[in-house]
Amino acid sequence: MAEQHNFHPFSIAIAESQDAVRDGIAQAMLRLAPLGLPRDAASSVELVLAEALNNTIEHALPRVTRKTQIEIRGDYKTGVLHLTIIDQGKPMPNGAVPTGPAPKLDVDMPNIPEGGFGWYMIHSLARKIEYMRVGNTNHLNLHFDIKP
Amino acid sequence: MELTSSKEPGLQIVTVQEQRIDASVALAFKDRMRQITEEGTEPVLLDLNHVQFIDSSGLGAIVAAMKNLGPDRRLILAGLTTTVEKVFRLTRMDSVFGVFSTVEEALAEMRA
Repeated sequence: MAEQHNFHPFSIAIAESQDAVRDGIAQAMLRLAPLGLPRDAASSVELVLAEALNNTIEHALPRVTRKTQIEIRGDYKTGVLHLTIIDQGKPMPNGAVPTGPAPKLDVDMPNIPEGGFGWYMIHSLARKIEYMRVGNTNHLNLHFDIKP
Repeated sequence: MELTSSKEPGLQIVTVQEQRIDASVALAFKDRMRQITEEGTEPVLLDLNHVQFIDSSGLGAIVAAMKNLGPDRRLILAGLTTTVEKVFRLTRMDSVFGVFSTVEEALAEMRA
């Protein structure tokens, strides 16, 4: 992947709204473009970013009344892409990443779940997930193996 | 959220004219689906061939649309692009819907 030396670590700050999330994902994917990610890896990264940022908006930030920003950091070293999402919302329940079981589909149609797939998708698509509470901020580290 | 509708004998085809069904448009998608399907009684084929990206909120909105049609009116999917197909496969939601690669294939199957 000759283009990789054109990749630079980045930091993107976005407002805490769903429109801003869409824009933040687009910006992040643009900054990742020099890595020349295979299509499957690129879609995994985009999906994980979307789910993690949506979780932040829906769960970490609703009760935070002051205006805050969400930061997306990206770095790449020796075959591993590191993305970190930093927000100033409330901590994860129990101080840990939710496990995210597979959606339960062997049920009658009215009981088929309309949500709760987010963490399941993150766990399925990222190789490693770490959560840290740093001061008043949440840091979610997401690792992806990038095979040339 | 632009959805368009056309009719085939015994089938309503709803085409999503957007590139993304994500959290920012999931509610609008649900509302628009309800409006565009409320007149008819035929099964609905949702053509997703323009949709390049769907997140879990968008997936949930399609499930909600299926439930809203009621038990006697099927929702069938066609035209899933690579990433959309990946999300359905990963969550095993492809087992809940009839999924066809193209609208033509879905029509042929329904007439068979």
